[in-house]
Amino acid sequence: MAEKILMKGNEAIGEAAVVAGCRHYFGYPITPQSELIEYMAKRLLQVDGTFLQAESEVAAINMVYGAAGAGVRVMTSSSSPGVSLKQEGISYIAAAELPCVIVNIMRGGPGLGGIQPGQADYFQATKGGGHGDYHLIVVAPNSVQEMAELTVYSFNVADQYSNPVMLLGDGALGQMMEPVSFHDMKVTTVEKPWATTGMGERDKPNIINTLELKPEMLEEANNRLQRKYAAIQEHEMRWEEINTEDAELVLVAYGIASRIAFTAMEMARAAGLKVGLFRPITLWPFPKSALANVAKTANAFLDIELSTGQMIEDVNLAIKCSKPVHFFGRTGGMMMSPNDIYEKIVALLETKGGK
Amino acid sequence: MAEKLFARPESLTDVDTHYCPGCQHGIIHRLVAEVIDELGIRKKTIGVVPVGCSVLAYNYFNLDTQQAAHGRAPAVATGVKRAHPDKVVFTYQGDGDAAAIGTGEIVHAAARGEKITAIFVNNAIYGMTGGQLAPTSLVDQVTATSPYGRQASSAGFPIRLSEMLATLDGAKYIARVSVNDPANMAKAKKAIRTAFEVQLRGEGFAMVEILATCPTNWGKSPVEAKTWLKENMLPQFPLNTFKDVQGG
Amino acid sequence: MPKPVFREERCKGCELCRDACPQKIIVMSQTFNSKGYQPATCPDNLKCTGCTLCARACPDVVIEIHK
Repeated sequence: MAEKILMKGNEAIGEAAVVAGCRHYFGYPITPQSELIEYMAKRLLQVDGTFLQAESEVAAINMVYGAAGAGVRVMTSSSSPGVSLKQEGISYIAAAELPCVIVNIMRGGPGLGGIQPGQADYFQATKGGGHGDYHLIVVAPNSVQEMAELTVYSFNVADQYSNPVMLLGDGALGQMMEPVSFHDMKVTTVEKPWATTGMGERDKPNIINTLELKPEMLEEANNRLQRKYAAIQEHEMRWEEINTEDAELVLVAYGIASRIAFTAMEMARAAGLKVGLFRPITLWPFPKSALANVAKTANAFLDIELSTGQMIEDVNLAIKCSKPVHFFGRTGGMMMSPNDIYEKIVALLETKGGK
Repeated sequence: MAEKLFARPESLTDVDTHYCPGCQHGIIHRLVAEVIDELGIRKKTIGVVPVGCSVLAYNYFNLDTQQAAHGRAPAVATGVKRAHPDKVVFTYQGDGDAAAIGTGEIVHAAARGEKITAIFVNNAIYGMTGGQLAPTSLVDQVTATSPYGRQASSAGFPIRLSEMLATLDGAKYIARVSVNDPANMAKAKKAIRTAFEVQLRGEGFAMVEILATCPTNWGKSPVEAKTWLKENMLPQFPLNTFKDVQGG
Repeated sequence: MPKPVFREERCKGCELCRDACPQKIIVMSQTFNSKGYQPATCPDNLKCTGCTLCARACPDVVIEIHK
């Protein structure tokens, strides 16, 4: 493969999945991620993999459960309404502690909504969505290169912790074309002695099950999950900070919003304003401690989302409401321009942003 | 050690089951286990068990199993079989699983000719949740959610799943059998064996629908329940082979 | 001489074996097992023909038929 190739974000995820050793994909078409399912349909056959267009997103997530339980690297993808359909299956996968990658290329909601980009599935991805006390590892790329890199990371970390991982993109990232390199991507592998592969030489059957009718046992199962989540929180927080050391106002944004925020920050800096950007890359575990650290020196935050404000709650929690957190968002598929954010920055700093 | 004319098959674990007295899940589990033993495939078989009375079947089959979300067993089985095409994968489902919430999944698994074996237990009621109406319940049948009897004007008519799936080209063997008497039990076992053989030959989707009793929720003794099945279910759900294109 | 052997603790008293036996030699016990069921027994097992119909009718694998 050439050093760098021009690809759509959706397609980069597909190629990265193949690089990561994924040979099983089950999905259903939905805008704006249909390029991904179409890419997998073509590409998996080339590498002797299995591609199956399922009859629904519900069927697809359950095929993922089956294949993951049988020990193979497997992925599904959808967009907001389809991800809603998957929630029961996701809860089962998390409870059964099975590794897999679920891609959500977010669009406008709620309901059937629109097909333009959105970020209003943050709550769904990070606070449950499915029933019960579980967590997905949630990663949020902001470039086509990151779509690829975080896909490989997702497969690795899913196997490492035996946990489902959600790659949270949006329609803008999915559709945009940027150069991407698939070289030097580290792929790890783990043994899966628990998988249902047929007993073979084993004496004892492997059982993938999430039912536990005895409350003491179900509590212990939950405690076991919580211990795992604590380990993930300790080791897997990822974020990016730009110009935060001396920043008076720190923008907080992820995904496509962070690209717009970055440009606005550059405009502000060019005008002599002390503005920084804090970009969470893992939305769960949310990089709380790093953000709390920034709160020691910043005067205020401006949370920027393509929603009516979901991540902003985690920003406030992370900094324990120690500094003002302002909000600027567009929703329904509308996107702000860098200038829109810049004007808001100027207005905030002029009025001393709550200082 | 006395030689035995009849004993527990290896593919059935030696544990007490939670099933009600006279529940015929136990018989069907045993027939499936006998077939798996006779075909010598226990160590390469993976079972997918449903939500329903037989949810705990992962404790009763002595082989790898996955417990699936309600209705989704054919999708889960598809995931397993596509991951390991050389292994044998079967689903074990009840009325709610296969004929209500899971109709989409079983229709599409059959349409795709998914190389799995589906065991569908039809007892015309929802057992585990306390005897509510099933898609297979008979018109006028009294259940917990049809206390005045199933009103066709509102709740419609029973679904004959075998006949429906037989219309699909991917389905290679579809049979309806019963375990209400020894002769039918023998035919049921033969059908189950055929359904596994279709998978072993890699031909496509196979399903055996098995009529069985639910004494507790029918409000009958186990012996009376067999009579009720014969008099009421057999006319509604005729025993037959609806699709047999083996060797194709 | 075929002989039915009952694991009485497994029996749930469903009577399907009694109903199935063509020789009518299976009876339900007067006593109770630890689960509170009256298990099936075959006191007159000399008449057993080894047809195994009782064992096949049993949902709980209570009965083994010895040769």
